[in-house]
Amino acid sequence: MTLDVARVRKDFPILERTVHDGTPLIYLDSANTSQKPRQVLDALADFYERHNANIHRATHQLGEEATQAYEGARAAVAGFIGAAEPAEVVFTKNVSEAINLVAYAMGNASAGGQSGRFALGPGDEIVISEMEHHSNIVPWQLLCQRTGATLRWFGVTADGRLDTSGIDGLITERTKLVAVAHQSNVLGTINPVRALAEAAHAAGALLLVDAAQSVPHMPVDVAALGADFLGFTSHKMCGPTGIGVLWGRRELLEEMPPFLGGGEMIETVWMERSTFAPPPHKFEAGTMPIAQAVGLAAAIGYLTEIGRDAIREYEHGLISRALEALAGIDGLRILGSAEPVDRGAAISFTVDGVHPHDVSQVLDSRGIAVRAGHHCAWPLHRAMGVQASTRASFYLYNIIEEVDALAAGIREAQRFFGAGGG
Amino acid sequence: MRLESLYQEMILDHYRHPHHAGLREPFDAEVRHVNPVCGDEVTLRVTLKDSDAGAVVADVSYDALGCSISQASASVLSDLVIGRPVSEGMQLHDKFLALMQSQGDGEPDEDVLGDAVAFAGVSKYPARIKCALLAWMAWKDATAQALGEHGPAEAAPAREANR
Repeated sequence: MTLDVARVRKDFPILERTVHDGTPLIYLDSANTSQKPRQVLDALADFYERHNANIHRATHQLGEEATQAYEGARAAVAGFIGAAEPAEVVFTKNVSEAINLVAYAMGNASAGGQSGRFALGPGDEIVISEMEHHSNIVPWQLLCQRTGATLRWFGVTADGRLDTSGIDGLITERTKLVAVAHQSNVLGTINPVRALAEAAHAAGALLLVDAAQSVPHMPVDVAALGADFLGFTSHKMCGPTGIGVLWGRRELLEEMPPFLGGGEMIETVWMERSTFAPPPHKFEAGTMPIAQAVGLAAAIGYLTEIGRDAIREYEHGLISRALEALAGIDGLRILGSAEPVDRGAAISFTVDGVHPHDVSQVLDSRGIAVRAGHHCAWPLHRAMGVQASTRASFYLYNIIEEVDALAAGIREAQRFFGAGGG
Repeated sequence: MRLESLYQEMILDHYRHPHHAGLREPFDAEVRHVNPVCGDEVTLRVTLKDSDAGAVVADVSYDALGCSISQASASVLSDLVIGRPVSEGMQLHDKFLALMQSQGDGEPDEDVLGDAVAFAGVSKYPARIKCALLAWMAWKDATAQALGEHGPAEAAPAREANR
């Protein structure tokens, strides 16, 4: 199955608009947030126009329809990532909340003086990596501060790969949890999650995967990865903002204490204490983003129909062309590997003599939307020896001509600022 | 969009040939300000001297890592405030801040703001306003600290929160 990009582009109304007085939009910021196809927009409108009601508590037809749609979305997510059952899928606000959910649940387990695999104390260790997004760094720093545990991390090699050379000293019997990105949001590097899972499990530790940048772009199967927890977000995969997913193995979700308390997550409540609903509802306090779950299910349907293998293959063509085109620009440095191997469709770079902000401003003036800055990965930029970078990221609706426009725009930035190359 | 509406020649000149750049001794206060959005940073030093009119800015020196807008702004700032009473510098700060918040509708007074009027176009680009303000915020903070060292200057406003 190959991807028919002309047909795909027709599904995205926003790609028809222009910016800055008539310049066609070239959207190369999908790693930030993706655009939404009409199928998803229609699903949102249809839910609000015909089925809107609160879920799990309304004893009327609309309530039943809404509940069915919401739980149907959970089943769709489970099928999409190869979960053993829908109950392993917890809806959250985004990946940040998914990761914080696990971190705070572990903190709660620790504070309760419990033993077991979620309780942490001095001498215990959490292992992350230097290429993480801030959302997979800061929650663990906070957890370590609260519990006295120690935070450790994998470094990054010069070509932007996870440096696993010291893995035996890093993942040890002291390790409680390893948390890594499946794919770097800056470098595009795809990490060897399966090997990390095996190392973590051999040491008796759990593995959490930040899959924000992988699930939208390639087939991801939680069982094949060997993960214990995996988080991703709807808005980067053609779905609406406001909803993300934490997948966890059933037995872990059963054992893990709750994070947010409130309505819908309880079994019984007395004034002195409460007991909690079984997962996933134990972790879904309050009214959830119901329409957004419906929108996410529509996005999953959309991506499934096109085929994630086809999307991955198509994006491989885009990133290969981008790596080649950008490598040909004097004074441009690609962060990470310049080879399209184990690499997703994002490319971050610096241009000698032109600050990333200025590069992106020149690109914007030509209708090209990219991101400039540290992309919420400040430690990674420090490790790569740069203060900031410009990132172009591609998705199933981008075309080769847009890659070439990017290269031409970078040359224009060099010319405008009188920097070399050109 | 015309790039020149944002990147006035004046800005590009200051960016390519920044005035008063580099960190100098002696100094009364040093601050380091960071734009957490992009990681741009400026380390800025202020030296004050006493005069009949109150504290006067004797020197501003800086090390700026950032885009053309933020670097040019540090250069223009130092041009404008060095040699002036702190009170006048603070008034300039307020006027520049108002210009940046004008969403493109400001009518800056070139007699007052000098080269800083070139930044008027920046106010139309919300993502870049912080770039233009970084050095000014740092200068205000460093000056407030230096005034603390010097004791309150007669004509200078009281120290206040930076943001």
